[in-house]
Amino acid sequence: MSPETKPDFLISPEGLRVDGRRPDELRPVELKVGVLKQADGSASIRQGKTYIIAGVYGPRELHPRHLALNDRAFLRVVYRMATFSVPDRKRPAPSRREKEISMVIANALSPALFLEEFPRAVVDVFIQVIQADGGTRCASINAASLALADAGIPMRSLVPSVAVGKADGVLVVDLGDEEDKYGEGDVPMAILPPTEEITLLQQDGFFTRDELLEAMQMGISSCKYLHELQKEALKKAYVKKTPDGEEGDVDEDEFDDDLETDLGESDMMEDE
Amino acid sequence: MSKMGDFSSQTISHIDREFIAELLGKGERLDGRAFNEYRDIQIEANVVPAKAEGSAMVQLGDTSVVAGVKVLVGEPYPDSPDEGVIMVTAEMSPIASPLFELGPPKEDAIELARIVDRGVRESQMVDAKALCIEEGKKVYMVFADVYPLEYDGNLIDASSIAVNVALLTTKFPEMKLEEKELIATGEIKSLPVTNIAVEHTVVKIGKHLILDPVLKEEFVQDCRLTMAIDEKDNFTALQKGGGTGAMSLSLIEEAMDMALDAGKIIREKIDASVKAIK
Repeated sequence: MSPETKPDFLISPEGLRVDGRRPDELRPVELKVGVLKQADGSASIRQGKTYIIAGVYGPRELHPRHLALNDRAFLRVVYRMATFSVPDRKRPAPSRREKEISMVIANALSPALFLEEFPRAVVDVFIQVIQADGGTRCASINAASLALADAGIPMRSLVPSVAVGKADGVLVVDLGDEEDKYGEGDVPMAILPPTEEITLLQQDGFFTRDELLEAMQMGISSCKYLHELQKEALKKAYVKKTPDGEEGDVDEDEFDDDLETDLGESDMMEDE
Repeated sequence: MSKMGDFSSQTISHIDREFIAELLGKGERLDGRAFNEYRDIQIEANVVPAKAEGSAMVQLGDTSVVAGVKVLVGEPYPDSPDEGVIMVTAEMSPIASPLFELGPPKEDAIELARIVDRGVRESQMVDAKALCIEEGKKVYMVFADVYPLEYDGNLIDASSIAVNVALLTTKFPEMKLEEKELIATGEIKSLPVTNIAVEHTVVKIGKHLILDPVLKEEFVQDCRLTMAIDEKDNFTALQKGGGTGAMSLSLIEEAMDMALDAGKIIREKIDASVKAIK
C-alpha cells in the first residue's frame, strides 16, 4: 500500500534523473561481508533503497541426490523476495519470476567458480531480498559473489553486476524502481572483470543496435567500478583479522598488494 | 561453532549432551548466562522503510530475524463482517541455518508461525473491529511475515519481539469506500493497538529450566514451554512443544515466574526501540 505514482519525467531538462543522478552514476552502494554467523559465507548489499542479504552454504552433501553432478559441484541459487519487500504484499510461495531469476543468477556466477573441485557436492547460495527498489537481480549477484568468496569457494574472480536501461531516450546505469517501471528498457548484465566477459545478459524494452552496444559498454564500466567496491568490502572484512582473531592495528596500504594476490584473480585467469 | 562438535545435522554427541547436563548441574550454561537470563538483544525498527508499512530486525545473541508488515484492503470473512484480518506467517528460510532445508514449510515452520500468530491474536493486540472500513465490504488485512536470518536457538521469542515492534511501528494510508470505490483519505494511520503480548520460551533439560535456549540447548531439551504475557501480566497463550518430555505442575509454575520476570525487561526494550524511531 505504499503509494507509487508515475513521475512527470525521468530525465529532467538539466539532464539529471528522477533521484538527481547523472546518467552514468550508480546509486550509493554499501557492501558488507560476513553478516550472518550460521552461513559459511555471507554478504549484504544496500544499493539505493534495495536491501539484500546473501548466505552461502557448502560445498556440502547434496540432497536430493539425483541432482548430483559427477564432474562438478551443483550450484544451487535460491532468490527469494520477502513478502514485505514490494509495494503490494508478495505471496509467500516462490513465484515463477523468483525461479527464473534464481537460474539466471546461477548462470551468472558459475563461470567464476571452480565447481569442478567438488564433484557431487552442492554449493548453496540463498538470497533474501529484504527491500526491493529496482535492480534486485544485479544487486543479488554483487552480494552473492562476495558471500561465495567469504565462504572460501575457489573463484576466478568476483562477479559485479549492474542494469543499464533507457529513460526518456537516455541510456542510464543502475535503474531505480521508477526508471525500471516507466522507462523504455532494461539490460541487466554481469561480467568477469579480468576478461570483461559477460555472464549475465538479459534485455527488455526497445533498443537500437547501437544503443544496445553502448548500453553494454556502459555496463562494463560500471561493473568495473562495482568490482573495486567489492574488493574493498572483502578486504575490510579480512584485513583486520590477525591470526589469533584479535583486531590488529593495521595500516591499510600495506595490505593492498598482498590481497590482490590472495584473491588470485589475475593469475588464475591465465590458466584458462 | 567452535564450542562443541559439528552440528550440521540435527544430532548431538553423548559427550556434548553430558557436558551440558553437567554444567547445568553446577548452575552454569554454555555461554555463561544465568538460567533466567536472555541473551543480548538488539532491536532495530523500520528496517524496510521504503516498502513495508512496519518492520523490525531483532538480534537475540546469534539468532536474528527480520519481520515486516503489509497492510492491504480486502473483504472480511463472512463470519466476522465487521472485523479486519491480522495474520502472522513465518518461514524457515535455509539462509538461516544448515539445518533448514529448501521446500514447502514443514511442521516446525508452521508451528513457529502459529505460535507467534497466537501471541498476537489471543492478546487482542490489534483491535480487529477498528480495522473495518465498511462492514461486510472492505476491511484492512494486516500481514506480519517473519524471516529468520540466523538460527542459534529460540526463534519463537525473537520472532515474537520482531512482530511486536513491526506492528507497533506500522504506518499506513487510511482508506475509505466512496460509491464502491476505494480512495485514500490522505491520513496516515497507526494500527489500533490495545495490548502488547510478548512470548517467552523456557526449556526443560533434566530437572532444570532455562530461559532463551541456544541451539545446542534446544538439541538436548526434553521439551519447551512458550508463554505469551501481556502488559498486565496476563498469560494470553501457552504452547508446550519441542519434544515429548513431561513437566510437573511445580516446574510449570517455576517457568511461568521466569517468564513474568523476563517479560518486564523485554517490554522495556521493545518500548525503547519503538520510541527510537519516533
